[in-house]
Amino acid sequence: MQAEQISIFIENKAGRLSDVTAILAEAGINIRALAVADTSDFGVLRLIVDNNAKADAALKNAGFTVRKTRVVAVKVDDTPGGLHRILEVLKNAGINVEYMYAFIHQSGDKAIMIFRFDHTEEAIKILMEKGITVVDGKTLSTL
Amino acid sequence: MRQEIEKKLNLDAIDIYGLSEVMGPGVSVECLEAKKGLHIFEDHFIPEIIHPNTGEVLPYGESGELVFTTITKEAFPLLRYRTRDITTLNPDPCICGRTLVRMDKVRGRSDDMLIIRGVNVFPSQIESVIMQTKGVEPHYQLIVDRKDNLDTLTVRVEINEKLFSDEVKKLQELENRISKDIKETLGVSAKVQLAEPKSIARSEGKAARVIDNRKI
Repeated sequence: MQAEQISIFIENKAGRLSDVTAILAEAGINIRALAVADTSDFGVLRLIVDNNAKADAALKNAGFTVRKTRVVAVKVDDTPGGLHRILEVLKNAGINVEYMYAFIHQSGDKAIMIFRFDHTEEAIKILMEKGITVVDGKTLSTL
Repeated sequence: MRQEIEKKLNLDAIDIYGLSEVMGPGVSVECLEAKKGLHIFEDHFIPEIIHPNTGEVLPYGESGELVFTTITKEAFPLLRYRTRDITTLNPDPCICGRTLVRMDKVRGRSDDMLIIRGVNVFPSQIESVIMQTKGVEPHYQLIVDRKDNLDTLTVRVEINEKLFSDEVKKLQELENRISKDIKETLGVSAKVQLAEPKSIARSEGKAARVIDNRKI
């Protein structure tokens, strides 16, 4: 039930992000969701793409440091309190969210959030017990 | 920096030079009158300037490595001891009346030693700290700068796939760990900065390893 994210190490200098997007564009890879975490001198770009293997190979080939990470994609009601309900469940179970970001997905009344937990399996189990929909990687790439 | 110290503390600040192998501070010192060059106590030390590579003695005014022979030291005399400090000698009479030759402020080193806030640092020492950190590539670069009259040292270290984490927290922990190891081993504070793989120039000798932006 896990999804795969690719993370890329990026030095904090002008044009570095566009170097990544150029490589992905050339390889015909579609970015479905992204988040950037930055510090004063470097950033970590986190991406959900439609073809992980291809993206990984293309970026590594261009000399980037890439890592695949297991994340969890969760369906969230696109209504006030939708995200809060999920975070409540996690809080009560004592599960720590390392980071999260939104997935670009336009359809119906559901939004998708990408979560990175320190204990992924446990988090998935808790969420599913509480009737929250976890989207697997395969489904995610077809959305 | 001198002007700032003099203004803030309402005193005269003068440069003193020395090295522990000779006697520590006091081998040469500026005079209050001129504050222009450090008079070497030639009744105790014979100074020479040599070419650091050939050893050839250079005439007054030319820049080279400072060499001392001690005349009056008894237990630990030195004969043509190479200081590795780069400077020039000026024999012109000084307005203070002293005839002792004056050396210029030390402008550099003939080896790759860096002096960071008064601490002697060899790039090889930093290298050995980096090599001890598990998984770190031995590619690094030292950037020395001066901000508000204080030396700063930045150590750029290349990241690799083994060390890379999607969590910023872990990457910052890695930076802090190396920084702490450098502080503990060398006694000097350094900012560690992770760099992209292959972003640091390879095998171009020490010139590429150290970038000294200080204007001394």
